[in-house]
Amino acid sequence: MGKIFFKEKDLVVPGDVLAEGMDYLPSGGCIRENDKIIANHLGLVSQENRFVRVISLAGKYIPKVGDTVIGYVADMSFNGWFLDINGPYEAALMVKDVAEFIDKDADLAQFYNFGDLVIAKVAKVTRYSNINLTTKGPGLRKITGGKVLSITSTKVPRVIGKQGSMVQMLKEKTNCNIMVGQNGLVWIEGKSSEDELNATEAILKIEYESHIDGLTDKMKEFLEDKNELHKKK
Amino acid sequence: MSYTKRNDGRKFDEPRKMEAKIGVIPRADGSAMFKIGDTIAIAAVYGPRELHPKFLQNPEKGILRCNYDMTSFSVPERKKPGPSRRGTEISLVIEKSLLPVLDLNQFPNAVVDVFIEIIQANAGTRCAGITAASMALAHAGVPMRNLVSAVSVGKVGDKIVIDLDKSEEDYEEGATDIPVAMNGDHEITLLQLDGEISKDELLKALELARKGCAEIDKVQRDTLKEFYRGIKDE
Amino acid sequence: MNNDYIKSLVEKGKRIDGRNLDEFRKIIIETNISKNAAGSARCKIGQTEVIVGVKFDVGEPYPDSPDEGTIIVIAELIPVASPDFELGPPSPKATELARIVDRGIRESKCIDFKKLCIKEGEKIWMAFIDIYPLNDDGNLIDASVLASLKALSEAKFPKIVNDKVEHESKTNNGLKLNKLPVTTTLYKISGNILVDVNNKEEQVVDSRLSVSVADGNIHALQKGGDVALSIDDISKMIDIAMKKEKELAKFLK
Repeated sequence: MGKIFFKEKDLVVPGDVLAEGMDYLPSGGCIRENDKIIANHLGLVSQENRFVRVISLAGKYIPKVGDTVIGYVADMSFNGWFLDINGPYEAALMVKDVAEFIDKDADLAQFYNFGDLVIAKVAKVTRYSNINLTTKGPGLRKITGGKVLSITSTKVPRVIGKQGSMVQMLKEKTNCNIMVGQNGLVWIEGKSSEDELNATEAILKIEYESHIDGLTDKMKEFLEDKNELHKKK
Repeated sequence: MSYTKRNDGRKFDEPRKMEAKIGVIPRADGSAMFKIGDTIAIAAVYGPRELHPKFLQNPEKGILRCNYDMTSFSVPERKKPGPSRRGTEISLVIEKSLLPVLDLNQFPNAVVDVFIEIIQANAGTRCAGITAASMALAHAGVPMRNLVSAVSVGKVGDKIVIDLDKSEEDYEEGATDIPVAMNGDHEITLLQLDGEISKDELLKALELARKGCAEIDKVQRDTLKEFYRGIKDE
Repeated sequence: MNNDYIKSLVEKGKRIDGRNLDEFRKIIIETNISKNAAGSARCKIGQTEVIVGVKFDVGEPYPDSPDEGTIIVIAELIPVASPDFELGPPSPKATELARIVDRGIRESKCIDFKKLCIKEGEKIWMAFIDIYPLNDDGNLIDASVLASLKALSEAKFPKIVNDKVEHESKTNNGLKLNKLPVTTTLYKISGNILVDVNNKEEQVVDSRLSVSVADGNIHALQKGGDVALSIDDISKMIDIAMKKEKELAKFLK
């Protein structure tokens, strides 16, 4: 059969041999070289049946189909908009891919205008780095209100946490609605600007201290202290 | 005259003490510091990012741009700030040393910029720069099929040695300096030489380089893994 | 949208990292970070990092000051430090930074230029102060001044043997700084005055004023930014700079 050279969730470095044998297939973050599968990203390796995958812990945001992203409308054409999603390329949102019904002669700016913030999903990515977004789907829409924060996309997994544990804790402790785009933009909406500020501070703190152990507990304590302070006022 | 003992007491096949760190430049997409003996190199990676001016763009794949620079005070006699012919040449060979391991197919029209700055120089600066750049590229998440490690080897007097320091490069009786870079599969991506050496001696030196690069590769891997240890556990 | 958020916070006297408007980030200064320099220092303010190296070389004095040496300050905004820095000749920003640092040192007379004289009318020391930011997270000016002063105070002259400078040597003689002309740059955002902006805040700065102070005296001023400042603004800014002098100078002792 084939051979596997790692344990689930091992940290791997480019060049590490992950598996040997034609039975295994690379499915992200790794490539096949002859009969070996090697990591070509720095990240955590995992296996599902025949598929070996490395989840990259680093890098500029590279859109994957299914990612939820937050972007700014940077440009418009006759049949759609182009969004800046904080990566090497702009992403296209075509009229046919938005949730709203748009008349043939409608003024596109009425729906999404320059500088508007949109929560969208990555629908398609082709080899020439054409990225197509869609706002058809639950929770996808133009954002009004709240605050948007930009963090480096590599820190997104840290802000979300294992199975969403970190962002869930942040939402509870700050009483805010928080949406983390895979591309590093974070939308925060709270009942008061004080709450939004706490959430912002907490997320920036996570970005700066992302390599410390036990970060979820540390952040929980940080926010609880803030709440205590506020109660005393 | 025989070079019987190295000026700093090292064995002939012993590189100087090494130290590496990841993430030293927070604003960069990837960064690393590599220190070997008294030579300190910092590498910062920005990209993939849009390439301007547009006529430089390659619609088939992304391009790599490297720039090697030394601070004016990194060397005993002050180096005037700004580009030099030496810096331009070194930038080019560094780019050629890293390109073979990079996978830039998914980044048409984009550029990956690698900036190397030498903070303190005691020979082996381009090798230290390449070693740091390799870690910085991995830290930046640029797809790469392997790391690249680099070290100088050469002939000092009559001995084949690894990791020449400045005093050995300037050895009165003559020295041959050979910077070498290798990927994780021991394939050579940088090779330069100046001096005088026979083919046999060169092959001996390259074998020494292979061992040295393997040692440096381990330092690079351990440093990268150590940096992310915290995330893995959470 | 980030920008509006930062502005609205400042209007309420708050900052995204929780600091007060008149609070500096953590300052760390280290010396001897580059052995081949006559003197060198690293200054970190938050995540902003600047390294400075001082090198001495022999030159001829200017005819109108035959017994005085010179200082030459250069700043290289290397692309390592920021995605906004490009390769090329010194930009206006780099030139301004160097000249602000120079002015503070020169006008405060913190070094005695006569101590840089080797042989009157013939030979003097030229002190090169080269500034290299390594990470730009805002407020490069204040960090550059601190690193430059520290590097200068640590710098030791090389030996001169047979009329030639032995660049690899170091004597025990250096320059004594008889004053510490630290610089506090004050920034105006949405009508409020702050110190030590980080990179995100720097994007929404309307105006800035760099104030070089030593022993309670103002030695240099530089206003930057597109928006005008009132005399009242300037008065308030100088007050803050005066208050900050002791706090910053402490890092140089």
